[in-house]
Amino acid sequence: MRGAGGPILKTSHLLGIETLSIGEITALLDLADEYVGLSRVAEKKSAILKGRTLINLFFEASTRTQSSFELAGKRLGADVLNMSVRSSSVSKGETLIDTATTLNAMRPDILVVRHQDSGAAELLSRKLDCCVVNAGDGSHEHPTQALLDALTIRRRRGDFAGLVVAICGDILHSRVARSNILLLSKMGARVRLAAPRTLLPAEADRLGVEIYTDMRDALSGADIVMMLRLQLERMAGAFVPSTREYFRFYGLDRDKLRHAKPNVLVMHPGPMNRGVEIDSAVADDVEVSVIQEQVEMGVATRMAVLDALARGLAREGRNAP
Amino acid sequence: MSGARIAFLNARLLDPKSGLDAPGALLVENGTIRDFGPRLFHDGAPAGAAIVDCRSLALAPGLIDMRVFTGEPGSEHRETLESVSRAAAAGGVTAIVVMPNTEPVIDEPSLVDFIKRRAAATAFVRVLPMAALTHRLAGEAMTEIGLLLEAGAIAFTDGDRTVANARIMRRALAYASTFGALVVGHAEDPDLAESAAMNEGEFATRLGIPAVPPAAETIIVERDIRLVELTGARYHFGQISTRGALEAITAAKARGLPITCGVSAHHLSLNELDVGAYYTFRKVKPPLRSEADRMAMVEGVAAGEIDVVVSSHDPQAADTKRQTFAQAAFGAIGLETLLPAALTLHHNGFASLLRVLETMTSAPAGVLGLESGALVKGAAADLVLFDPDEPFAVDPARLHSRARNTPFEGRTFQGRVHRTYVAGVCVFDGADDVGAR
Repeated sequence: MRGAGGPILKTSHLLGIETLSIGEITALLDLADEYVGLSRVAEKKSAILKGRTLINLFFEASTRTQSSFELAGKRLGADVLNMSVRSSSVSKGETLIDTATTLNAMRPDILVVRHQDSGAAELLSRKLDCCVVNAGDGSHEHPTQALLDALTIRRRRGDFAGLVVAICGDILHSRVARSNILLLSKMGARVRLAAPRTLLPAEADRLGVEIYTDMRDALSGADIVMMLRLQLERMAGAFVPSTREYFRFYGLDRDKLRHAKPNVLVMHPGPMNRGVEIDSAVADDVEVSVIQEQVEMGVATRMAVLDALARGLAREGRNAP
Repeated sequence: MSGARIAFLNARLLDPKSGLDAPGALLVENGTIRDFGPRLFHDGAPAGAAIVDCRSLALAPGLIDMRVFTGEPGSEHRETLESVSRAAAAGGVTAIVVMPNTEPVIDEPSLVDFIKRRAAATAFVRVLPMAALTHRLAGEAMTEIGLLLEAGAIAFTDGDRTVANARIMRRALAYASTFGALVVGHAEDPDLAESAAMNEGEFATRLGIPAVPPAAETIIVERDIRLVELTGARYHFGQISTRGALEAITAAKARGLPITCGVSAHHLSLNELDVGAYYTFRKVKPPLRSEADRMAMVEGVAAGEIDVVVSSHDPQAADTKRQTFAQAAFGAIGLETLLPAALTLHHNGFASLLRVLETMTSAPAGVLGLESGALVKGAAADLVLFDPDEPFAVDPARLHSRARNTPFEGRTFQGRVHRTYVAGVCVFDGADDVGAR
C-alpha cells in the first residue's frame, strides 16, 4: 500500500513549524492519517526505512517523545539507537559541535534531537550530513507535537478554518505553545493564549494571537482547549505563588470548561500534573478529553515525518540503501 | 442606633469629591446617607429623628488612612485592632488600611480572614487589610495574590520593606497585574539604608548618626516606575519623602502610568532638625528629611501631585523606643494627629480646606477602588464632625492609642474632631459643646 511516495518536504530537516508551508503541513497530515491505519493492524511493520539508521539523541529526558520516535522508526523498519545525555560524552564536557562531528562519523540517516537549549537542532543540522528532526529545543519549537495535535484536531473536526483554540498555561517556557501557535495560525484557526502575566512571553500579541489573563474569557466559545504542563520548579513563588492558586485560576476544571463550546475537545501534551493544570474529572472524561488519542497520533505523525525525510534521502541518493 | 434616623442640622457640609462647601443639613437613615444639601430641613427638623445641632462645625466624609501598622496578631502589647480603631475614631478616621507586618505576617488567605473576623468583632472603624506581596516579607517568593484578593485583601505590600531584587519585583508586579491588584511599595534601597537611623546630611554628620541619603528613595522610585512601565501593574508609593521621588513620580504620571503616591503627616510637619537631641519618637522610616524636601512634600500635596496623606501610624512600646537613637525602633503614632497636622497646610495658606480633606477621603478611596470617601446619597454614613480652626494640643496621656510614641508631644495644631460616625453609629464623641438633644 505504501512505497516511496512523492516528495513532501522541501528541506531535508524538520526543525520547526515556522518554515513549513500550508501544503507541506497538509501533506504530512495526510500521510500521518494513513499511518494511523497501519498502526491499528496486527502487522505494523513497513520496510520504508529498511537499512536506515535513526539516532534518538536526547539531552533532556522524555520517555514519551523518545519512545514515540523509537516506535515510529521501528515500525518503518529502521535501526534505532537511543542515546541519552547521561550515557554520552556530553556530560564529560564535550561541546555540542564535537558531539555532532562524532555522530556524523557513525553515518546515521536521521537524527532526532531533544535539547534544553533553543537552536540546538538548528546547530546540529548545519554540522551533520543526515536529516535532523527537532524533538524539542528549549523554549523554541516542538514541531512533531504541533503536527500530532493538528492531526488529532483534523480527524475530529475535519478542518481548521475558524476553529477557536485556547492554549492555556505556561506559554513563556513552552515550545509546544510556540509550534502550535505557528501551525494553527497558518491553517486558519483563531488562537488564544491564557496565562498569568508572569507566564506570558513579551509581546506575545505580536504572534497573531489574542491574549487573555482570565481563563474563563479565553475559553468562552472555544472549540479546542490545549493545556500546557507547568514545571514543578516554576510553581514555588517564582512565576506563580502556589499550585493551589494556579489550579484555582488556571487549572482546567468543569466549571471553567463550561464556558467553552459544548463539543469542546481538551488536549494536553503530557505528562499531566493532575490538580495543577488539569482536574482529573476533565482529563479522564472521554467525552471531551482526547489526551490518549494524542499519544496514538504521535506515533503515526512521527512515522509520517520519518517517511517524508527518507523520501528526500532517496531523492538525493545520499546513503542509498 | 443604626436603625434610627439622625438629622445633622446647621452643619458646614464639606465634600471634596463634588467640591461642596456650604451650610446645610444631612439625614442618616439605617446607617446610610439618606439626603443632604443646603436646603434640606429648611422647613424644620423631621419628626422622630435624633437631632445633632452641628453649630456650624464641618461635616465631612470620614477619613480613610491608607497606612496603619498594628500589633495584632503577635504584638498586642503595642496595639490591637480594637485599640487602633479607638485611636482612628478619635482622629475622625472611619477606615484604616492595616499593614501585613505582624507576627505571623499576613501572607495567606486564612490570615486575611482572621484580620477581617477580629476587626468585625472588636474594631470601631472599618479595617481594610493589606496582604504581603512576598511570602513572609522576605522579598523572595510572591504570595497567592489571587486567593488573597478573594479572601478580602485590599492591596499588596511588604509594608516598610522594599523588595530588593528587581527580577522578583518585576514578576510580582506582572502577577499582580493579572488580577488588577494594587501594589503598595516602600521606596528605600535596603543596602543604602542599612543601619541608617536618619537622613544623610550636615545634621546627621554633627550628631554622628549613621544616615541614608535621599537617593536611596529615588533609586527605588525610578526602578519601580520602569517596572510598572514593563508590567502595567497598578502601583502606589505608600509614602515618599523627597523632592527627587516626587519629580520622578510626577513625570511618570504625565506619561500615563498607573502610579499614585502618598506622604505621611509627619513628613509634612517635621524635618530632620526635629530629631533634635536624639529624640527617638521622631525616628521614622523613611527618615525626616531636609526642610527643602519637606517643603516639596507640602507643595506636592497642594498641587495634587501627591495623592494621599497618611498617618503612618506605627505604635511602638516603651522598650523599643527607650533606647539610643541608633538602637531605637522606627515609627511614630499618628492616627489622632492626622487631621490636625494635615490641616496645617490649609491654615498656612498652602492648600484649600477641601484639597486637604480630599487627600484623606476621596483620593485614597480612588486609589483603593472604594465607593466611600464622599458624601453620596445611599452611601454608608461614615462621617466626621470637626472644627477646622479649634486649637488641639497634643497630650500623649489623652491619646487613645495603646502606644504613646507621638512625635508631636506638646505641639498645638488647629483642628479638632468632635464626633465620628461609622455606618451612622457614633464611634467617637469627644466634645461637650456639640448639642445632642
